[in-house]
Amino acid sequence: MLSRTADHLFWMSRYMERAENTARMLDVNYQTSLLPQSADRAQQGWAGVLGISELTWAFGQKHAEMTPENVMHFMVRDEGNPSSIVSCLRAARENARAVRGTLTTELWETTNQTWLEFNRMLREGTFDRDPAALFEWVKFRSHLSRGVSVGTMLQDEALHFIRIGTFLERADNTARLLDVKFHALAGDYFGAWEADDAPEVDFYHWSAILRSVSGFEIYRKVYRNVIRPDKVAELLILRPDMPRSLAACMNAVVDNLGLVANENSGETQRRAGRLRSDLQFGRIDEILATGLHAFLTQFLDRVNDIGAGISRDFLVPA
Amino acid sequence: MKPMFDEMQAAAGQVRAHYSGFDRWLQQQSPALMAARRDEAEMIFRRVGITFAVYGAKDEDGSGTERLIPFDLIPRIIPNDEWLRMQQGLAQRVTALNRFLHDVYHDQEILKAGIVPRDQVIHNAQFRPEMMGVDLPGQIYSHISGIDIVRAAQPDGSGTYYVLEDNLRVPSGVSYMLENRKMMMRLFPELFAQHRIAPVAHYPDLLLETLRAVAPPSVNEPTVVVLTPGMYNSAYFEHAFLAQQMGVELVEGQDLFVKDGFVYMRTTQGPRRVDVVYRRVDDDFLDPTAFRPDSTLGCAGLLDVYRKGNISLCNAIGTGVADDKSIYPYVPKMVEFYLGEKPILENVPTYLCREADDLKYVLDHLGELVVKEVHGAGGYGMLVGPASTKAEIEEFRAQLLARPSNYIAQPTLALSTTPTFVESGIAPRHIDLRPFVLSGKSVQTVPGGLTRVALKEGSLVVNSSQGGGTKDTWVLES
Repeated sequence: MLSRTADHLFWMSRYMERAENTARMLDVNYQTSLLPQSADRAQQGWAGVLGISELTWAFGQKHAEMTPENVMHFMVRDEGNPSSIVSCLRAARENARAVRGTLTTELWETTNQTWLEFNRMLREGTFDRDPAALFEWVKFRSHLSRGVSVGTMLQDEALHFIRIGTFLERADNTARLLDVKFHALAGDYFGAWEADDAPEVDFYHWSAILRSVSGFEIYRKVYRNVIRPDKVAELLILRPDMPRSLAACMNAVVDNLGLVANENSGETQRRAGRLRSDLQFGRIDEILATGLHAFLTQFLDRVNDIGAGISRDFLVPA
Repeated sequence: MKPMFDEMQAAAGQVRAHYSGFDRWLQQQSPALMAARRDEAEMIFRRVGITFAVYGAKDEDGSGTERLIPFDLIPRIIPNDEWLRMQQGLAQRVTALNRFLHDVYHDQEILKAGIVPRDQVIHNAQFRPEMMGVDLPGQIYSHISGIDIVRAAQPDGSGTYYVLEDNLRVPSGVSYMLENRKMMMRLFPELFAQHRIAPVAHYPDLLLETLRAVAPPSVNEPTVVVLTPGMYNSAYFEHAFLAQQMGVELVEGQDLFVKDGFVYMRTTQGPRRVDVVYRRVDDDFLDPTAFRPDSTLGCAGLLDVYRKGNISLCNAIGTGVADDKSIYPYVPKMVEFYLGEKPILENVPTYLCREADDLKYVLDHLGELVVKEVHGAGGYGMLVGPASTKAEIEEFRAQLLARPSNYIAQPTLALSTTPTFVESGIAPRHIDLRPFVLSGKSVQTVPGGLTRVALKEGSLVVNSSQGGGTKDTWVLES
């Protein structure tokens, strides 16, 4: 397949995944902000949203105050913010349009319709009336396009590049979410933490993280226990059966990468495989002992490096 | 009174035989239902993304520069006998044009015989000296031809088909022909049960067959691609659509490169050789090393490969010399010269402003004539005398006098009309027809073509860039 086509497919699914993750994060924060809590905590949540996407500075350029309205506006409908949902959906649709002939009619129309409908919903005030409904809708449109991809596309390179895009983006987003949320609690959390004195407010903090990755019920099912930060970290980093965990994402990246391998891609495959095995054979106590933040920062660098390798080997060869 | 010809109604209340079935059906449809169907059609076209780009325009809903071409629900119906004759005429005309192109780039017999003036050809900006002596598979230059046909009312109330112009470079619109049909079948399946309407959906198949047939002779399993200027081109939807329907790659210039005398595309599995390019990029932009150096839409070195016969381009480079408006008046003579036949399709009588007598006539009758730029396209740079103000006519007169050889003129034809949905209900609007003629191993046409309709009352300009719409076109099987 054309390198340029693969490039568009890769980014189409990345942007759709990013839109979904942004919606998830905003949704959880919005829900949390409805709970009785100190103004500080709410503020921390919104700051976290911006921090995850490295947008604190850009936000500050446009808005004097970090109100929920301002952050949501910036992250949902600000076309000047390349990470806003509207920008992501536009980019997903533009990438799809550039290769619409490679997509099944269903997949193209789903992506196009998402874009048209989203704009209509903004115009007609759905977002202003009920932000949660809009976030839910974005999540489901992302589910739909993933389902339509897997359910209608021929299982050839085109689909493999779409899948690589999805999971690489998801790995990145989950890692950022963890980093910011664990960091939100003062200092190097795991240095001070003892299993028995988890304050009650933390239940909401951890359950919010879990909910943002549809992991709350999974956590209960897997651990059958109260919510403990180290288990949350384990679930989201190491559990290969948790669909949004780093391990699950890297498994999918490595598998799909293997299916499209070419004569130049050996090194990228090696690095991706190495990262996968670090997760496969890693233990949460070791990770926490060396510091979660350091681990995640390094993970993000490695994911970024794999992305660059994929571009070089397949998408924009010299 | 000006003569008029309506495709549906012979006279007020008197419906032509081939429209009678449709008319009965239409009488039974409530205006509310038809309005609902129109909305449905628009919604579907948007969702499918059947749009064209308007440069520099922006929609309120952020869809950027994309617009829908208005689609009218009342089809244009062509009786079978008229179509059969038109089809013969099209094949004859396109065959002669291909013979002309081969001749012009080889022995130039027609110039030697003095039938087409030599300097009209040689000094034409569309003449490509690079093509002299280049032999093409099957000696075919225009593989995909769009021949614009109008029907004009005669004083006795009859209508005559005329060829308005030949489009031999990168004619577009065929995707609308196909999508309009799909839409009509979806909205009104019962109409298709009641009529015997010749199908058109096999066009992409014929196109692929044509493209494969003209691959370099040494290639057994040719790799065909569609070359597009990219997603911001006004016809991008069509490029993507045709590539998808044929199951071939849609490439941009940046995807191609030349190595060791062949053209390759960059793929995820390394370079892959390309044998046939259905190019939707103009000659000027095809190869920055041969034509416009600032072009980023083409592939450097393509012309060399082409001249060596290692790749086929559809259409060929240099076809513009045959569809130029200054060459158009000679096409009937080409038919006689190359084929020894009487032309089946007529030309519109045309005045060449480069010739003194014709120029004088044109200047004296500007208010009655349509004056066109020889190289113009898209309905720009033209004067429709009867629809223009005195000031506009005088302004145009100055342009014409400055460069007479740049213009031709034709009588204002009373273009035929069909009933069309407009804001006030159903009213007659002018139409034209663009059938698509494929030349490969043989010359083939799917029945009908794209019918364009001028939605503004009285307007003769059907171009989508100027407020034209489209209709489904039916050829009734007998």
